[in-house]
Amino acid sequence: MDQHEPLSLNVPEPEVRPGGQPDFSSVKIPSAGAIRRPDVDEDPENMRDLAFGIIRVLNRNGEAVGPWAGTLTDGELRAGLEHMLTLRTYDARMMNAQRQGKTSFYMQHLGEEAVSCAFQQVLRQGDMNFPTYRQAGLLISSGYPLVTMMNQVYSNEADPLRGRQLPIMYSSKEHGFFSISGNLATQYIQAVGWAMASAISGDDKIAAAWIGDGSTAESDFHAALVFASTYKAPVVLNIVNNQWAISTFQGIARGGSGTFAARGHGFGIPALRVDGNDFLAVHAVGKWAAERARRNLGPTIVEYVTYRAGGHSTSDDPSAYRPKEESDAWPLGDPVLRLKAHLIARGLWSEERHKQLEAEVHDRVITAQKEAEAIGTLHTGRRPSPRDMFEDVYEEMPPHLIAQRHQAGY
Amino acid sequence: MARMTMIEAIQNALDISMGRDERVVVFGEDVGYFGGVFRCTAGLQKKYGRSRCFDTPISELGIVGAAIGMAAYGLKPCVEIQFADYVYPAYDQIVSEAARLRYRSAGGFTCPLVVRMPAGGGIYGGQTHSQSPEALFTHVAGLKVVVPSTPADAKGLLTAAIEDPDPVIFLEPKRIYNGPFDGHHDRPIVPWKKHEGGEVDENYYKTPLGKAAIRRQGEGLTVLAYGTMVHVAMAAVEEAGIDAEVIDLRTLVPLDTKTIMESVRKTGRCVIVHEATQTSGFGAELAAQVQAECFYHLEAPIMRVAGWDTPYPHSQEWDYFPGPARIIRALNAVMEA
Repeated sequence: MDQHEPLSLNVPEPEVRPGGQPDFSSVKIPSAGAIRRPDVDEDPENMRDLAFGIIRVLNRNGEAVGPWAGTLTDGELRAGLEHMLTLRTYDARMMNAQRQGKTSFYMQHLGEEAVSCAFQQVLRQGDMNFPTYRQAGLLISSGYPLVTMMNQVYSNEADPLRGRQLPIMYSSKEHGFFSISGNLATQYIQAVGWAMASAISGDDKIAAAWIGDGSTAESDFHAALVFASTYKAPVVLNIVNNQWAISTFQGIARGGSGTFAARGHGFGIPALRVDGNDFLAVHAVGKWAAERARRNLGPTIVEYVTYRAGGHSTSDDPSAYRPKEESDAWPLGDPVLRLKAHLIARGLWSEERHKQLEAEVHDRVITAQKEAEAIGTLHTGRRPSPRDMFEDVYEEMPPHLIAQRHQAGY
Repeated sequence: MARMTMIEAIQNALDISMGRDERVVVFGEDVGYFGGVFRCTAGLQKKYGRSRCFDTPISELGIVGAAIGMAAYGLKPCVEIQFADYVYPAYDQIVSEAARLRYRSAGGFTCPLVVRMPAGGGIYGGQTHSQSPEALFTHVAGLKVVVPSTPADAKGLLTAAIEDPDPVIFLEPKRIYNGPFDGHHDRPIVPWKKHEGGEVDENYYKTPLGKAAIRRQGEGLTVLAYGTMVHVAMAAVEEAGIDAEVIDLRTLVPLDTKTIMESVRKTGRCVIVHEATQTSGFGAELAAQVQAECFYHLEAPIMRVAGWDTPYPHSQEWDYFPGPARIIRALNAVMEA
């Protein structure tokens, strides 16, 4: 009989905890321009390496280099910077509004602005995002009114969702933004179904699914990959790896596997990793994946390597589980500063113009906030009627709900 | 008119619906090429093509989740869960997503979806092929729940469910797929094909959701039942020789309270019959509503006859299934009270 030591359980731990020195030496970062760009109809079997590198376009000097460069016009780049600044400013104002008791809850995007703001530019009118709570940049980049977003956050009378949803759980069919669920990952398979419906209907619209690193552990993620792979659905399967699922580091969902992107390999789905803080790289990879979907070549997995610089939400204190300096140590930098540096290096921008834009954006956000607050906030001003609570459960209100509405006094 | 089994009536409803509206798509495990393990989707793939009727991976979560996305796009998916017992992996998608999509998006996105599933026992299916999970769905705001008891209703109600703008859970009592069952498991069954109750209009029609059917008029007592139990209750009433009114609920949500309350106010007595386990079953909801609406008309306590609060056993199935003997005991007790 062989003798064995008693078994013990492996529980992954991040390399550093509060009080320690931030250390990202394990994040292998290829230089900008180093990763090849296959044709969109390349056999997935021949590009399995792309799930392990990090596609980057912007180098340390702010130059766009390599085969993924050149997908954006100057105007689109400037618009991207404006969208990211708007999202950051909006976040700051809404975080503050929550601290002032004007709403119950908020979730910011600090450090991740490039992911959603750049991706939205690869979509067309009629395409549909199935987002998580950290992709408001999709709305801002598509021109959704800030004041409407704030009305939703404040649950005031002009909230298009009539005070039923948590703040930040926006929804707009017209802007290609599917209603957000609090149950994680459910939207991933729904996006695949939506894309299948587009294919069934002979349409030309594509879907984009969004998920965080932690939620890839949900069964819905795996069901989505099975269906997307089986039916070659025209969908881009985005995974935003921002390193933290509340206090749980990404290694708990990932275990010992290579990368989140590599999970696509078992399904024969092309999988790419991209620098999520590089606006140009995000756009280039998103465009490549969207093109595959539009050409009926099937799904693509894109893992955005980024870092959640802020807390998970206004209810979270990240200093309790990670070093305070960790976000500054993130080796892929700040997406806003990197795009700004690129525009300046190209002679398309200047410090003065940047300051001017910051001031403009600030004014725009404040103006929207005043407009929203003039209508109401969670506890003050004009709010949706409790009568609204009974609407939209069904298209037509059934008798038992009418009776309950009357009991409630409406 | 033609005589059809409930399976044929369901297939007929799907066929007509797919023919009338190209947005209707049908999918699930084994439903495509083979036509489903119960054959409810037989021939549909051949007639409407693989993109409108197809097989899926074994993933109930995937089937319902994908169907929600399709419904949000604008299609009208009618999906099959092979047995109701398998619906639990899809439960979150049904209750947290399909049921609330219209509400949480204030009508921006809607979910016109039908989830069909064979339910109920009496086929030696053991504890994983016999469950009646209707109460799990009736508890969820935003869902409609339908249980037919005849081929004609199965066709009409399914057609209405497919055309309904909201998500519908459609529970098919598989014990009566091929013929009505009176609860006497040792008696031969008359198939629907040889039974006048198997008459189905071959043309398009709808049976409205939210309307109960009075299967037997009576003055002395009201029996509330649905699905297979309608037939068992009818047999029990006849055998007990009681002048009972038997109401087939057909739709549990929305519930036809008007028909129920009018009957109980008339008879003053009420027995509720369902196959599902008793505790927190739909019978509890019925009893509470009848008590609240008809208390001063009641001449006896409301009684429930239901499945025991155990998982569904295989070899002791006929001790578990609420048969005529148990129903008759309840009828007599209520009449004597």
